[in-house]
Amino acid sequence: MTDIAFVRSEIAPAMPAPRRVTGILAWLQKNLFSSVTDSILTILAVLFLLWLLPNLYGFLIGRAVPPGGTVEQCRVENVGACWAYVASEIEFFIYGFYPMAEYWRPNIVFAMLALLGLPLLIPKFPFKIANAVLFFVVFPIASVILLSGGMFGLKYVPTEQWGGLLVTLIISVVGICTALPLGILLALGRQSKLPIIKTLCVCFIELIRAVPLITVLFMASIMLPLFMPQGMTVDKLLRALVGVTLFSSAYMAEVVRGGMQAIGRGQYEAASALGLGYWKRMGFVILPQALKHVIPGIVGNFISLFKDTSLVYIVGMKDLLEAVKTKNDAIEWAAPTQAISGYIFAAAVFWIFCFSISRYSRYWERRLNTGHKR
Amino acid sequence: MSDVSPAVVNRGIDTSLMQVSATEVAVEIIGMNKWFGDFHVLRDINLKVMKGERIVIAGPSGSGKSTLIRCINRLEEHQTGQVIVNGVELTSDLKRVDEVRREVGMVFQHFNLFPHLTILQNLTLAPIWVRGVPKAQAEETAMMYLERVRIPEQAAKFPGQLSGGQQQRVAIARSLCMNPRIMLFDEPTSALDPEMVKEVLEVMISLAEEGMTMLCVTHEMGFARQVANRVIFMDQGQIIEENEPEAFFSNPRHERTKLFLSQILH
Repeated sequence: MTDIAFVRSEIAPAMPAPRRVTGILAWLQKNLFSSVTDSILTILAVLFLLWLLPNLYGFLIGRAVPPGGTVEQCRVENVGACWAYVASEIEFFIYGFYPMAEYWRPNIVFAMLALLGLPLLIPKFPFKIANAVLFFVVFPIASVILLSGGMFGLKYVPTEQWGGLLVTLIISVVGICTALPLGILLALGRQSKLPIIKTLCVCFIELIRAVPLITVLFMASIMLPLFMPQGMTVDKLLRALVGVTLFSSAYMAEVVRGGMQAIGRGQYEAASALGLGYWKRMGFVILPQALKHVIPGIVGNFISLFKDTSLVYIVGMKDLLEAVKTKNDAIEWAAPTQAISGYIFAAAVFWIFCFSISRYSRYWERRLNTGHKR
Repeated sequence: MSDVSPAVVNRGIDTSLMQVSATEVAVEIIGMNKWFGDFHVLRDINLKVMKGERIVIAGPSGSGKSTLIRCINRLEEHQTGQVIVNGVELTSDLKRVDEVRREVGMVFQHFNLFPHLTILQNLTLAPIWVRGVPKAQAEETAMMYLERVRIPEQAAKFPGQLSGGQQQRVAIARSLCMNPRIMLFDEPTSALDPEMVKEVLEVMISLAEEGMTMLCVTHEMGFARQVANRVIFMDQGQIIEENEPEAFFSNPRHERTKLFLSQILH
């Protein structure tokens, strides 16, 4: 029985890993045809795609009326999407009833959003502090002055005339920029040891979360004026903004709180033991970790906020979707595929923005991954 | 008051700077009681720690050792009695609590480094934001302490990339960067692989050699023998024995102490 025990007399050399089988055929075999069921499903899926893709192509491109076409072309039998309609109304979709002569004003705002916003999103870009001041302080003030006018010789444009993508972007950018800080404060408040602050935050969060956004907006548009003194009104856009922001901040608070609960007690204790006070403890130790844990949840909230902006039609704002809906009834472009083309356009715009937000968050998740290597 | 003269006990370490002050009190605990809910965890604790003392607190698990040292920087609140640290009495006044915490370093069983910050950032965070030290100077100090714990080459890494022993040494360096007057150790080697215990103990010994006031909750009896000037034994939330290490190990007075020592010393 001496063979059972085994003691190595010299160090075993490290050996190369076994060769991996690669190549297209091996890949196909492994991923698509590894069993009979797999093979059948693969064939069915290919057949489905063979049926779907030509149809989609025909509707979106092949039989579609390109921009610049006429309404008559859109009215023929078995026509594809009527892009001519979308192209001819694109200005309404972007600016709503904003006076045509003043389009340059929203354009400058769009340009500022891109020029100040994008560098802020790129970590390597220098001058972050100056950039942030410009974006969070100068940009909003300049935008309000530019868009509503009434000073510096600019023609006054009431918010009722703002519309389309302009309104969608205003509400979502303001919403995103304010809902997160507000949500963080609410989450901290809910964890607070001070009973009054805690109760207030819990009540606010639970009240808002238990009510649909439509109701919040209805309340803002119908109830709010009842509580206002006679003759005083709150701007419609402002109402929508406040409604959307408060609504998503309540959700944000719960997401952030979830992240904070993932942080072990030891982190709080270590920070306390070093003498860091409450705000420094939260700001330098707890929140950076907590927020990192819940990036997917935060971004999910951003995306739903962006899409929820289409509900502001409740208070009478013409956001992108509402603008499209309005023009879908326009008699001069009446055609079988008029409405569907408009909706596809709106969906595409929403998708581009939301997908970008989603990809951007993936980038941050990977970038911030360094701290938790083990 | 025990005052072990270095000439009497051969500790095998440099004891020239290990001097217990006869007048300066570091920590004074008077008639302290603490409850967790209805459970009486600390019962009538009275303890006076002079500047320069190295105290090891031993005892079975659940005896309240950790809770006791956590009351010294108010990670736990006591309900009755007094805790006075560096002449400041701990009350619910947060300013006083922060004042005490600035001067009291703490090392935890599970290191509790900040995983999202590099080692260097871990070390400079508190000096910069609590003491207001300029960043460059804080980094210089941090590098000095990293060299003292012999891992300056890890400064740019994240805690997750270090071994347990290295992380604990970083944790000690992090506390030292605040230039504390008292160091609390809460089972600093209990979560380490056996091979890494030594490197952490060596750092703690060198700290003792420099005359740091230390309170250590630990099961490292070798460390207690070598470094401590007093060993405190706790059971059921009470201090039931207190003695110089030689006497404590060779001639325990209390039955519970004898039982405990027979369990851990083979």
